[in-house]
Amino acid sequence: MTAAASPIPTAPAAVAPVLEGRDLTKYFSVKTSRGILARRVKLHAVEGVSVSLTPGAVTAVVGESGSGKTTVARLLAKIITPDSGEVLLDGEPVPRGRPRAFARQVQMVFQDPFASLNPVHRVRYHLARPIRIHHISQDVDAAVDDVLRRVSLDPPSQYVDKFPHELSGGQRQRVAIARALAVQARVLLADEPISMLDVSIRLGVLNLLADLRDRERLAILYVTHDIASARYLADTIVVMYAGQVVERAPSVRLTDEPAHPYTQLLLSAAPDPDRSEPPSLAGSGAPPSLLDPPSGCRFHPRCPHVMEICRQQEPPSVDVSPRHTAACWLHVEPAQRRVSAVSAASGAEPGTPTAPGSSPTSPSQED
Amino acid sequence: MSPVAGRPAGSPSAADVVLEIRGLSVDYGLGVDAVHAVVECDLTLRRGQVMGLAGESGSGKSTLSMAALRLLRHPALITKGEVLFHSKPSNRSDGGRTLDLLRASDGQLRAVRWNEISVVLQSALNALNPVITIGAQFDDLLKVHRRDLSAAERRSRAVELLELVGMTGDRLRSFPHELSGGMRQRAMIGMALALDPQLMILDEPTTALDVVTQREILEELMELRDRLGFAALFITHDLSLLVELADEIAVMYAGRLIERAPANSIFRAPRLPYTYGLLHCFPPMHGERRPMEGIPGSPPDLRDLPPGCAFHPRCPWAMERCRREVPVLTAIAGTGREVACWLHSGGATVPQELDLPDPPPPQAGSPEPPTGRHRRAER
Repeated sequence: MTAAASPIPTAPAAVAPVLEGRDLTKYFSVKTSRGILARRVKLHAVEGVSVSLTPGAVTAVVGESGSGKTTVARLLAKIITPDSGEVLLDGEPVPRGRPRAFARQVQMVFQDPFASLNPVHRVRYHLARPIRIHHISQDVDAAVDDVLRRVSLDPPSQYVDKFPHELSGGQRQRVAIARALAVQARVLLADEPISMLDVSIRLGVLNLLADLRDRERLAILYVTHDIASARYLADTIVVMYAGQVVERAPSVRLTDEPAHPYTQLLLSAAPDPDRSEPPSLAGSGAPPSLLDPPSGCRFHPRCPHVMEICRQQEPPSVDVSPRHTAACWLHVEPAQRRVSAVSAASGAEPGTPTAPGSSPTSPSQED
Repeated sequence: MSPVAGRPAGSPSAADVVLEIRGLSVDYGLGVDAVHAVVECDLTLRRGQVMGLAGESGSGKSTLSMAALRLLRHPALITKGEVLFHSKPSNRSDGGRTLDLLRASDGQLRAVRWNEISVVLQSALNALNPVITIGAQFDDLLKVHRRDLSAAERRSRAVELLELVGMTGDRLRSFPHELSGGMRQRAMIGMALALDPQLMILDEPTTALDVVTQREILEELMELRDRLGFAALFITHDLSLLVELADEIAVMYAGRLIERAPANSIFRAPRLPYTYGLLHCFPPMHGERRPMEGIPGSPPDLRDLPPGCAFHPRCPWAMERCRREVPVLTAIAGTGREVACWLHSGGATVPQELDLPDPPPPQAGSPEPPTGRHRRAER
């Protein structure tokens, strides 16, 4: 595998995960319209997603808007409660709610550092408060200086007394990361941490995350729509489509040999000055409505390789190669498609509305 | 500068130029507090050309293009320069006319805006009127600018335009909020094309969209450009996207144009430290993963620019001269490219990284101008 030769270290696979989400499912209840005809319907935001984060590794979740990638991060942080599935910390299920010890160890970094820092408080306040609340250190000032150094805001004296508006976007995002480090977090859930930053300083923040992974053995979830940055930073990439995981692989492997048609589309559409041939947009279109997702594989209305079985049965997650799985019928041996279809059907899929053999639902209206 | 200095192949002639921006300067505010958002910018667009304007936020790329159309409001103030628009409508055989947009009367401007130069803005949701349908907005536009059309003709023209941008005519009945982000942007592009403009200014038209939608719209846009032959000024911060799309790329930093060259040359052989750094801010999609550095520091505050070259505090090759004197955009002899950098003038030693050989120009002597699509196919 090419990733092993990369100077960017790849975590060994055998390390036990710190934070794990198993079979996470989240529905949001939304109103269809206004007035007396209004109904509440289920929006299938995330269905059956499992993610595990190991120390010293970055896992990237890549997807378009509405694919459920942010919901996964929020479920893992226990900011929202899953409808089914569970979150485990060090292999133990986390009790209901958001216990303080869990909150301390699992920290989020948000997209917009202009909004996630309080404009009326100085940097010192943002960092000292969590240190006091969680009784991290007696010497608060020294602890504040220490975390600022760890995010390369050095010398700390130059930054502690600044207000957020006096910092650049990159520096602000560093303060947000420092705030997570201040409470000795072991897991960092970073939701699009660089998309609001200027192009020339994005890499600095990515390199900081890589550095924290290697030096402090943090487990990092990197949520992004930018597959090139995921390839650069992450050890594993998880691709989401319409609330489900469609493919998962070591990052170089995934971008070099994508197995799922949706991943192939995503890669083909991404900006790439080195492109050797015009982009093939097989399967372009818009994602389906999550109020009434398509039966079978959710990508089937757009898929260039769609088969009959794709319309009826949700594809199983298939091992394409070691540590590389894709949820796609194309990777199931033709002879076994029928067999696995039966086993999948007997596995009681709660979200499958149509019985096998019924007419496939028509593709949703797209532009 | 010569208006056609950058023409890499084919036959350059002044008649090819559609827009010439000369020495344009824009301030926000007055007197000593004025922020110089755009300083002495020169830019020339040829007919049918896609010019990419790249830069980070605050580099002045939007201000420059909006000032060229005089679409800026107080406290923005155009302090200097001229913007020559060489109009040559396709339905007239005479030589066309030239208008300085900065000195044009309101009536003259009204005749040019949208008719001959149209604009697509980043946020289609804000640019479209939320309380009337897409159809009504097309109708309004055609009613004002094409008075001879009947209601039925206006409708059929609107349907035709929607189909041109990959939508169906029944979308005319939709309100903007009923459309997806991609469709809204398509409707905006349809409106911008409604009056057969000679030049389209696209200000980050796809930045807010998902990558697949962005690609679809860009492909359509380039196809329309090939078919309808308008020139485009494409503004974005995403240099890697521009390399694929544009014929030529101009890079802005802190209000100044600092490098201009054919897209392929910028990508393969940047001459400017900033462009070099910017190109190394986009992790590649292929090959081995290598640690990349980006550019140290952050973009300067326009209210407090460093002396000399605004980039010198972040530049690894900064010299004494860079701290004192502002470099001006000068042509590199024999290459059709321009840079504003002391490394490339005055006998300084050019670092190896900034002295890569120019890639061969796309097929000299070919009758067609080299477009992004053709170039992509060639590589």
